[in-house]
Amino acid sequence: MKQSIFSPFLRTDWFGPLVVVILAMALIQSFSPQFLSPFNIQVLLLAIAVNALVAYSQMVIIAIGQMNLSIGAIGGLAAISFAGMMEVWGLPAPLAATLALAIGLACGALNGALIAFSGISAFVVTLATLSIFKGINLGITRAEPFYGIPEGVKQFGSATILGPVPVLILPTLVAALGLWFLLFRLPAGRCILAVGGNEHAAELSGISVPRTVILAHAISGLLAACAGVLVVMRLQVGQPSIGDDWLILSFAAPVIGGAVLAGGHVSVAATALGVVIVALITQALVLFSIDPFLVQVVMGALILIAVGLNRLREVRFRAGRGEV
Amino acid sequence: MTSPDTHRGGSTQESGALARFLLSNEFGLILLAALFATVFGMMAKGFTSPFNLFTLGRGAAINMMIGLSMMTVIVTGGLNLAVGAIGVSAAMVFGWLLGAPLGLPWPLAFVGALAFGAGLGFINGFAVVRTGLHSFIITLATMSIFFGVMVFLTRAEAFREIPPAFTALGKMKLGTYFSPLLVVTVVVALGLSWLYRFTTLGREMLAAGARPEAAELSGIRVRRIFVYCHMLSGALAALAALMLVARNGAAIPSMAGQLGQDWLLPAFLGPVLGGTLLNGGKVSVLGTCLGAFLVTMLTSGLLLMQVGDFWVQTFLGLLLLIAVMMDRLRRGYLARRNLA
Repeated sequence: MKQSIFSPFLRTDWFGPLVVVILAMALIQSFSPQFLSPFNIQVLLLAIAVNALVAYSQMVIIAIGQMNLSIGAIGGLAAISFAGMMEVWGLPAPLAATLALAIGLACGALNGALIAFSGISAFVVTLATLSIFKGINLGITRAEPFYGIPEGVKQFGSATILGPVPVLILPTLVAALGLWFLLFRLPAGRCILAVGGNEHAAELSGISVPRTVILAHAISGLLAACAGVLVVMRLQVGQPSIGDDWLILSFAAPVIGGAVLAGGHVSVAATALGVVIVALITQALVLFSIDPFLVQVVMGALILIAVGLNRLREVRFRAGRGEV
Repeated sequence: MTSPDTHRGGSTQESGALARFLLSNEFGLILLAALFATVFGMMAKGFTSPFNLFTLGRGAAINMMIGLSMMTVIVTGGLNLAVGAIGVSAAMVFGWLLGAPLGLPWPLAFVGALAFGAGLGFINGFAVVRTGLHSFIITLATMSIFFGVMVFLTRAEAFREIPPAFTALGKMKLGTYFSPLLVVTVVVALGLSWLYRFTTLGREMLAAGARPEAAELSGIRVRRIFVYCHMLSGALAALAALMLVARNGAAIPSMAGQLGQDWLLPAFLGPVLGGTLLNGGKVSVLGTCLGAFLVTMLTSGLLLMQVGDFWVQTFLGLLLLIAVMMDRLRRGYLARRNLA
């Protein structure tokens, strides 16, 4: 069997997306020199910070072989609770943020409990909770934004640590490392992947499937809420429409990162690269002043290409193993 | 309703059939609809006014069509997230065909828009059977693509030059209460019942959805049938959108929300409340229509009781959850009784 130096890399999830990222950056930079200007990098990193959390929120659920349609609704609810608690109740920002995250955690845990104990498919449950959470959001805000964000939060949202690197990237980095540690080093994370790989086998080997499903959904809710809070800090306003457009994105990035939708196989690094690819393409469309409406088309096409490539890779990988 | 229920072999055939009907989803929905109608009739002012009944029927007609559009794909064990995107795209094609360069008469444009919807459905179906991927991810992607191309081409602007003859369909009243749109939906529902019950194609759709491998072995061309299901879904989604155009008097790109997502809840509420199995192979046309009717009535009643239109969405979500749970309890009860 032919073995090149690249074949170990080709088998990993992150190699393909990394090549695409480097090529795309080189290409965009050669056409438009202001692409790597500090300001542009900051804009790019801010978009990546939020989108990566959205993608991780879906990735945890893909890992157990389910789907979560309510990510945007949870993120929106957490965002308006965060802004609302500061404006209406005058709570200090850290407390409001903690409570907003707790709301996200609770919403996710509710999803998980409904799925685990009722036996209804995750699709139907999260479609229902999507409209419940969104309805609560609109019922509280009456579709009007909260503008009373304290100065401290606004400054935190636009602060940078080092050159163009924004502070808001820190929560995302923590979440990414934490998620990697959980999924690949802790028993609970191994349980999540085992349930996703084969639920029946996992149950027979003594894993509590309901507990694992609830844990995964709770983490998903927490990450979605975190993304919602970050958006409020970045936009400096608590808009009820936050999260409305997260659905496509949340599936695009993990799928570009090689996640298997049937469950049991995800990659934290490759999902992050998937987010970077989406962000780069969006930026390129803006830089080359191509119609922003086309972002939707590109995102949809990316999903199709990514799932097609994943399938091809899977088939070839199996064929390769069959020959050995 | 259409395919025989899974539980058979009751000892006394006649009382068994009656009990089965009393325990069926459709009967539960009729009971619920009657209950809510009484409550709203007594508590919500103006619920029984001719105008409200007319708008209720018109809204129900559109919601039923959206539900039926989703149902035709759920038969295959898949789903079609792109119903809203297909519908809006077809409506915009309708507006374009009527417009300046072509200026077709509206019946021709109508047929053209339906064919366009079926064409988009064909793309979905073809992609699903060729890649072998789940229709969830395919239609998630195509929903983004269809909607994006539609907004790009129309520059997010509405077509307002709709012939009065067509918009009159949305305003016309048959016998003070009924909208002609309701007639359209009833005809389509009867047609679908006939399709699934009496035609070879319909039976093949059900068989292919229930057990693709078994259907394949018994000579059904499963892939082709699945593509037909998606095309039917696309055409029905286009029809629903055209009915919406007749009601609004314009083809508006945002009439199904961002990416057509606003249609997803009504699209699933109807079939799921009506007892269509999400795994495929079993449909209930009557149940889907009753489910969609219940949802429309609930929305209208809650709005009249001034619950605040923002909370209505929460109630619909709760309704979906409760309905699915009741359905599971009912199935569990039936299964235990048959075992006993």
